Amino acid sequence: MNNISTDVDNAVTVRNVCKNYDNVEALRDLSLEFPRGQLTSILGPSGCGKTTLLKIIAGLLKPTSGEILVNNKPVTGPGPDRAFVFQDFALLPWATVLRNVAFGLELRGVAKSEREAIAEKYIKDVGLTDFEHSYPHELSGGMRQRVGLARALSVDAQVLLMDEPFSAVDEQTRRKFQEDLLDLVKNENKTFLFVTHSIEEAVYVSDQIAILLPRPSRVSEIIRPSGFREKEALNIRRDPEYLDIVDRIWASLRTYVE
Amino acid sequence: MRYRSLFLNFVSASIVFGAWEIAGRIPVSFAFPTFIESMSAFWVLIIEGTLFTAYAETLRPLVIGVVISTVLGVGIGLWIGLSRAFDWLVSPIFIVMQTAPLAALIPLLIMIYGIGLTSKVFVVCIMAMPVIVLNTSAAVRNTPASIIEMGNSFLGSRRDVIIKIILPAASPIVFAGLRLGVSAGFIGAILAELKITPTGVGDIISYSRSIADYPTMYAAILSIILLAVVFLNVLERIEITLFKGTRRNYVSD
Ligand SMILES: Nc1ncnc2c1ncn2[C@@H]1O[C@H](COP(=O)(O)OP(=O)(O)OP(=O)(O)O)[C@@H](O)[C@H]1O
Ligand SMILES: [Mg+2]
Repeated sequence: MNNISTDVDNAVTVRNVCKNYDNVEALRDLSLEFPRGQLTSILGPSGCGKTTLLKIIAGLLKPTSGEILVNNKPVTGPGPDRAFVFQDFALLPWATVLRNVAFGLELRGVAKSEREAIAEKYIKDVGLTDFEHSYPHELSGGMRQRVGLARALSVDAQVLLMDEPFSAVDEQTRRKFQEDLLDLVKNENKTFLFVTHSIEEAVYVSDQIAILLPRPSRVSEIIRPSGFREKEALNIRRDPEYLDIVDRIWASLRTYVE
Repeated sequence: MRYRSLFLNFVSASIVFGAWEIAGRIPVSFAFPTFIESMSAFWVLIIEGTLFTAYAETLRPLVIGVVISTVLGVGIGLWIGLSRAFDWLVSPIFIVMQTAPLAALIPLLIMIYGIGLTSKVFVVCIMAMPVIVLNTSAAVRNTPASIIEMGNSFLGSRRDVIIKIILPAASPIVFAGLRLGVSAGFIGAILAELKITPTGVGDIISYSRSIADYPTMYAAILSIILLAVVFLNVLERIEITLFKGTRRNYVSD
């Protein structure tokens, strides 16, 4: 018989990761697995190290100890298999929306006409069609965030690292994006790592929710909603299991807020 | 809008020249000619062609010096901004250069390089380069970390990150340094002509002073200022065409 160690195929594995900034211990012995093709939310209080964790997985930061596996290979730096949506957008202020969205492809050496065609598709998807030639300072916060989102989508990476990607969009757009995200997870075989502050959002979009404790961070709990995932998007918010999980998460997080 | 600023320029110029005319008429000093006297001397310099032959001489060390300072200065500044070790090694030289009393260095330069073009180019470079280097390195170091991180995460090579992210981000401050450097280069070029060998515009200034032809002396000084203003405007055009849009503000939230 084959010796199969695990029955789930993990796109990303985080093993015993510690991270210290000069005198701040951000992560302590954190382990977490991200199943392929699923969306995992990372939920935790502000400053608990969510961005730090995501940047370590992206290969932008080196962990103090521990290791990261992406497709079972150790991470040594950024790679084409991962794309990042930055919490602070990280747009080039001197470049138009079109160039910003195409910039990931530009750095990969994709020819101009080809990368702009791809970028235009994603600009349309995030609803910025008429703003292709605007500059970031001419856009609202939510629109800038969508530029960052389109840029990450356009490089077609298998793993999307999204650091609070909907934090600056309005509630209506946010709900629309959450529904779009569900479609994206269903239709594309991509793995999503999704940082959010919103409990409702996490429960609504996730296959798996990892709750982090305040600094130094470890995973305190992993919740896997199961019952309502197959239901119509419109009915999820009324599902008893959905409401139940939201309550449960709030109960375990509220102790840290006080 | 455009006409309005032109009009304001005109007003401020009239005020300055009017004050000059009045001060010349009082007179503040017998060595201070009126504006009208200086302008007619200026006219004479032009129709006699003296001014043009003088600038043919003066522009040589100036242009060579400014070009060397720009290319080397931006290059070295970029390197300092990117490498801690190089910063530690090289920065002090430019800080010393910026504060060194140039007049004291000139005899030394003459001893080493003689009284020819080389020494004058050196004077221009000593004046122009430090501020270009120091501005460039500061600008490079202050590139927002998040857009560099973005470049790395989307697999930009070191070269791409420098050319497509760091340089455009730094360009407004680099050009501010270039403007200061070019102005200082002008001072250097004239200083070299006054202190090393009187040639070109420096010769007009020192000669007309020695024969107490103050209107001509002031006309020559005015011509330098005019040329510097033209030079700086050209630089601004270059910046605008080269780095269109980099003056836009950063947005992060
Ligand atoms: N470059 C840095 N140097 C020193 N400390 C840092 C640095 N970056 C982050 N930290 C610290 O590490 C901790 C975790 O930061 P991180 O940005 O990962 O939090 P976060 O969970 O993303 O917070 P938020 O939800 O507010 O975005 C914070 O306490 C912060 O002070
Ligand atoms: Mg964060």
